[in-house]
Amino acid sequence: MPEINYISYAGEKFQIDVPIGESVMEGAVRNGIDGIVAECGGSCLCATCHVYVDEAFLPLLPPMDEEQDAMLDSTACERMPNSRLSCQISVRAELEGLIVRMPETQK
Amino acid sequence: MPAGVVIVGGGQAGYQTAASLRTEGYDGPVFLIGDEPGVPYQRPPLSKAFMLGKQNPAQIQLRPESFYQSHRIELLAGERAVGIDRIARKVRLGSGAGLEYETLVLALGARNRLLTVPGATLEGVCYLRTLAEAMEVKHRLEQAQQVVVIGGGFIGLEIAASARTLGKQVTVIETLPRLMARAVAPVVSEFFLEAHRAKGVEILLSAHAREIHGGKVGGSGKVQGVSLAQGVSLKDGRRIPADLVVIGIGILPNTELAQDAGLPVANGIAASELLRTADERIFAIGDCAEHPSVFAGLQVRLESVQNAVDQGVCVARTIAGRAARYSATPWFWSDQFDIRLQMAGLPDGHDRTVIRGSPASGKFSVFYFRGEKLCAVDSVNRPLDHLAARRLIGSGITLTPAEAANESVNLKTLP
Repeated sequence: MPEINYISYAGEKFQIDVPIGESVMEGAVRNGIDGIVAECGGSCLCATCHVYVDEAFLPLLPPMDEEQDAMLDSTACERMPNSRLSCQISVRAELEGLIVRMPETQK
Repeated sequence: MPAGVVIVGGGQAGYQTAASLRTEGYDGPVFLIGDEPGVPYQRPPLSKAFMLGKQNPAQIQLRPESFYQSHRIELLAGERAVGIDRIARKVRLGSGAGLEYETLVLALGARNRLLTVPGATLEGVCYLRTLAEAMEVKHRLEQAQQVVVIGGGFIGLEIAASARTLGKQVTVIETLPRLMARAVAPVVSEFFLEAHRAKGVEILLSAHAREIHGGKVGGSGKVQGVSLAQGVSLKDGRRIPADLVVIGIGILPNTELAQDAGLPVANGIAASELLRTADERIFAIGDCAEHPSVFAGLQVRLESVQNAVDQGVCVARTIAGRAARYSATPWFWSDQFDIRLQMAGLPDGHDRTVIRGSPASGKFSVFYFRGEKLCAVDSVNRPLDHLAARRLIGSGITLTPAEAANESVNLKTLP
């Protein structure tokens, strides 16, 4: 299982093995990590699973669809070029070691 | 040590209040009382991904059990609050114990509105609100061939879509002349009617169930079999065979606990814009409560995940010392087959609608106006319209009906 690194806004680091096929959001929620709300349960509806993806991993992510792109305009914290919805990042073997940073708030 | 916050109700609103109290920095004791067994879970998948076998009960938990320990949330699952003593500031539990509170949050949720026709309590007649109910429907669906769904609202239609996807013969009985009549515009009702029919779902409108018929099955000798639902007859005399009947005719807010404690109740437990009841130590949120809505200009009670979550966050902020007025833009969704229906705002009192896109293309939105003001938008397979609508309605940006209907006007960049 690829190891995903979640870094809280305060700088706390959580290393979680997330099964292939699960989303980065699910990995956080199922392990009770704070910083991701995931109000809609992963339907790309709410923008409360916003993360900043470490630049080194950005090229490994599939291109963002227009729905995610639009959803990211309504995040609680500032949208950056590396902003993504973690429910839309499906864990694959190549994402081993992925680093995502969580914003100060999701609401 | 202060008595802390007692949250009654382990649904989405109750869970969110507990979780947000911690992220908002509240350090006192937090109790979360839920009358269902197990940890709080998401309800929306019950009629969809869970019914289709794509998600199991563990996968719909809002957070794992360990979360409650690590966040010092005392989860009292399978426990019921039976009374509130506002003078002593105590919640009386079904087990007989009393729980003292400094602040009480009522997130009591709602319960199924029951169908009262003869036969409504037969085996094989189900409702779908809780995980236990969903497990029963799912289990019965494995054996069933002919499913009758009573109620053509969101829940009924989502169940119908799931059952049809699983290859069942499905009939939906709706008393009103159109589907989802309380929630969406007629053109949206019409679109979903056609979509369900195209998938092979039989839909009977303006149809009233008169009786659910049963027959004895199983049992031999002295052992009595059970009386199992076998069909539904309508007031007009038609009879539809069924081996599973699922009822989705709406919900009733759980207000009794508040009423018995002398708190004002109307369509729900009456709450202020701070979501406080008449007792300043008691808040009421989610499906059970009504609040003054800037979007409708009146008291509203909303039944949605968005409302439950945002009200939970709002109350947690107030309790943590940063009083917050509730003003979140309402939004809702329903997935049926591969169609995504999204609603933003509240259409109350609208006097005009315009359509963007075309129903024939399978992608369109209905914009509702109250005077000059955009008050709600229903979107069918147009998620970008929905997101734009949430922003426009939330920030009160002016949009004319002509602009709404004109697809060359970019909603995202207005004004």
